[in-house]
Amino acid sequence: MSTVILLLITGLGLGALYFLVASGLSLIYGLMGVLNFAHGSFLTLGAFAGWELARRLGADNWGTFVASLVLGAVVGAAFAAATEFFLIRKLYERHIEQVLVTVGLALASVALFDGIWGVDPIFVTGPAWLDGTTDVLGASIPNNRFILILAAIVVLLGIVAFLKYTRFGLIIRAGVENRSMVTALGIDVRRAFTVVFAIGGAAAGFGGVLAASYYGYVSPTIGGSLLIFAFIVTVIGGLGSLSGAAIASAIVAVLQQFANYYLGGTGDFVVVLLLAAVLLVKPSGLLGSKA
Amino acid sequence: MKRVREVLAMPVVKWLLAGVLVGFLAILPLLALNIPGVLPGPTYTPGTLQLLAFSMLIAALALSYHLIFGVAGLLSFGHTLYFAIGAYGLGIALRHFGLELLPAIVLTFIAGLFVAAAVGALSLRVTGISFAMVTLAFAQAGSVLIRKNPGQLTGGDEGLTLDTTHVPDFLVGVLQTKNLYWLCLAILVIVFLVTSWFERSRAGHVVAATRENELRVRVIGIRPYFVKLLTFAIGGVLATVVGMTYLLLQSSATQKLASADFTLTLLVIVVLGGVGYRWGAVIGGVVYTLLDQRLTAFASSDAVSALPDILRIPLSQPLFILGTLFILVVLFLPGGIAGVASRIAKGRTRANDPRDVLEELG
Amino acid sequence: MSDILTVRNLSARIAGQQVVEDVSFDVAATGVTALLGRNGVGKTSTIKGILGLIERRGEVTLFGEHGDGERIDRQRTHRIVQRGIGYVPEDREVFAKLTVAENLRLAERDPSPRREFVAGLFPDLVERAGQLAGTLSGGQQQMVSLARALLNDNRLLLVDEPTKGLAPIIVGEVAAALAEAAKTVPVLLVEQNLQVVRQLADDVVVIAGGRVVHTGIATEFLDDESLIRRFLGVHTEQEATS
Repeated sequence: MSTVILLLITGLGLGALYFLVASGLSLIYGLMGVLNFAHGSFLTLGAFAGWELARRLGADNWGTFVASLVLGAVVGAAFAAATEFFLIRKLYERHIEQVLVTVGLALASVALFDGIWGVDPIFVTGPAWLDGTTDVLGASIPNNRFILILAAIVVLLGIVAFLKYTRFGLIIRAGVENRSMVTALGIDVRRAFTVVFAIGGAAAGFGGVLAASYYGYVSPTIGGSLLIFAFIVTVIGGLGSLSGAAIASAIVAVLQQFANYYLGGTGDFVVVLLLAAVLLVKPSGLLGSKA
Repeated sequence: MKRVREVLAMPVVKWLLAGVLVGFLAILPLLALNIPGVLPGPTYTPGTLQLLAFSMLIAALALSYHLIFGVAGLLSFGHTLYFAIGAYGLGIALRHFGLELLPAIVLTFIAGLFVAAAVGALSLRVTGISFAMVTLAFAQAGSVLIRKNPGQLTGGDEGLTLDTTHVPDFLVGVLQTKNLYWLCLAILVIVFLVTSWFERSRAGHVVAATRENELRVRVIGIRPYFVKLLTFAIGGVLATVVGMTYLLLQSSATQKLASADFTLTLLVIVVLGGVGYRWGAVIGGVVYTLLDQRLTAFASSDAVSALPDILRIPLSQPLFILGTLFILVVLFLPGGIAGVASRIAKGRTRANDPRDVLEELG
Repeated sequence: MSDILTVRNLSARIAGQQVVEDVSFDVAATGVTALLGRNGVGKTSTIKGILGLIERRGEVTLFGEHGDGERIDRQRTHRIVQRGIGYVPEDREVFAKLTVAENLRLAERDPSPRREFVAGLFPDLVERAGQLAGTLSGGQQQMVSLARALLNDNRLLLVDEPTKGLAPIIVGEVAAALAEAAKTVPVLLVEQNLQVVRQLADDVVVIAGGRVVHTGIATEFLDDESLIRRFLGVHTEQEATS
């Protein structure tokens, strides 16, 4: 029983990371049709920014941890907004080329991170409580899992509220459905593109600091490895659907944990099989409306 | 000038020129050409031949990807899976099954064909970005499988070295590099001919038409699914053939071969060379490999390490320079190298914007 | 008679395919100008070309109150619309996953949108403000679509097949709303239902094969059976309804 609870909560913690990446991917794809391969780099840069701050301020206190999260989000948002403004915008409506540019950016940025911070993992520490465990129904759960789950829920609620209660949110929701009709109402939908990239980048950068805490290290490849699963989550959940991404994140990560434990480390395979199964049965994903 | 262009555009002349080029490449190991800055040494030295052979293999791999991406318009993110099957399949058949070279090749060929057909059959049920994701996921599964080292077959992170027991002597060892070079050249020529033949065949025309207007193809009573699958399988098995040659040339396979990064590199190569151009894929493959090699040498040179950090760090990362170059090509040189060359060759009269060609793929 | 919009040599393409070829016509500054033609001759594409929703070439000029013209053929769609154009697209194109109120709020461009006017015209929509637009009937969706265009004080309305697929009784309501709107703003109307055209239109522009083949007074055109048969390929109203 305690193993099941450990796997479940750890899975949800990992799912929280997937969601922080997938939420942005899904929104960006839904609104703009851009599959963003550079999204992992937003996360990685956020993680390194958080680490740089933490090692200067002293990692073992909550103030630093919160400051790192904020800095990670800000850096991720700035990187993402710049990407949209300088690279994606030039290729308006040319989806394949937009994808290619993000591929180039992903390769170049990871190489640059290699150059700046080296290829080896850098081990990080945080507030002591994060490295401790809490007993839940007999299972010792690492505390950072709770922070991850909480953070993902806060981000989910934050994005939902933004989409529901702001004019930009209204434009984004309408644009996901029918972009050209939004412009035909006299709205410059491109401004919403930058906003969506910034939100996605903020969630990813924020997730970068949390990922560093979850894995215990930062490295230039930390974003890229999460990105692949975030892609899978996005497709399973339905491209463009935020709630789909949330549900799929939890399912994929929990399934992965259980398969890794009970089926001899086959978590990644099971996820791929799930993806294949979902696409064959319902190509538009769990909550997606378009394929 | 116009006359020259007309003559150059004649099919006979084109094939003749290609023949001369292949002939020239074939006698390179017997020459002592030296191009400082491009090649590491004179053309007869094993190091240079090894690099040239490697670049031809990457060109052949890019050609096989051209079939899927450029001709059929399928944005596959899992193409290197079939390349890895070639390298690892042959390696495993030789080392663990103890097969002779020829049966090992046949077995690997069949394995590549089978996996490509199976993955294609599944993933072609979805289109566009979902297709890209499924192919990526399958390739990822392959990459994980290789890393997990099931039954000690793949060697995990260590990689798998070539067991030369059943490989003929003339293909083994540094002294035989020129034979391997000729083998790689032959493979490149074969892949090029197969690709040309397929593009000219009825199936090739149908699949190109499907890329542009699937509905119209359906209307004339052809199910696009099967021609797409055929293209996917041929592209895949060609990659397997190239992968086998890779193992013979490099004597080892590592799990990087199946990584997502390598597929992205392949995409970069095809776009750099020019999407939709056969020659583009070849030129892209060769240019990319040579650039990568030279940039790596450049990165570790004294000139770079003497620079201040702000210049040294980016310049010491070949992938940073290549990635940036790639972004610039996509932004400012649609059609890549071959697109630019073709525009110059045909004068300024090119009717269709190469960007449209690329966008049809969406 | 002055014009609100002049179109000169407009050509438009969709996915590289020529759909409108060298079209020229004027839209009068008052009343309804009907754009007619058989299915697939490029009426909708002409409207989309004017709005820059598809790739287009040619001169499109929008005139102001004092006869000052502004070229809008190189501008992006949202800028064109901001010049004072209301657009009611074919098939309504309401945002299905947004509520009625959100659909309308999104369309508000003016500092003081005419909410009361629209509410008076479509009382139904006030009642259903919280309902998702995708769950409305076709007629109700058409009202949302019309309301989006009427919320702002526009200089011109582009209305594309507003009665398509609607029940006869709803057709009357939509036509009445359009007639009300046309009292204050000129309309370029694409419409298949010739009864509605007769009821609303002052002028007609007829397109065939992507080109303008006839322009004139609406009643004169509608009374000429041979013209109708030649350009629209439909029979007269009596025959069509019998």
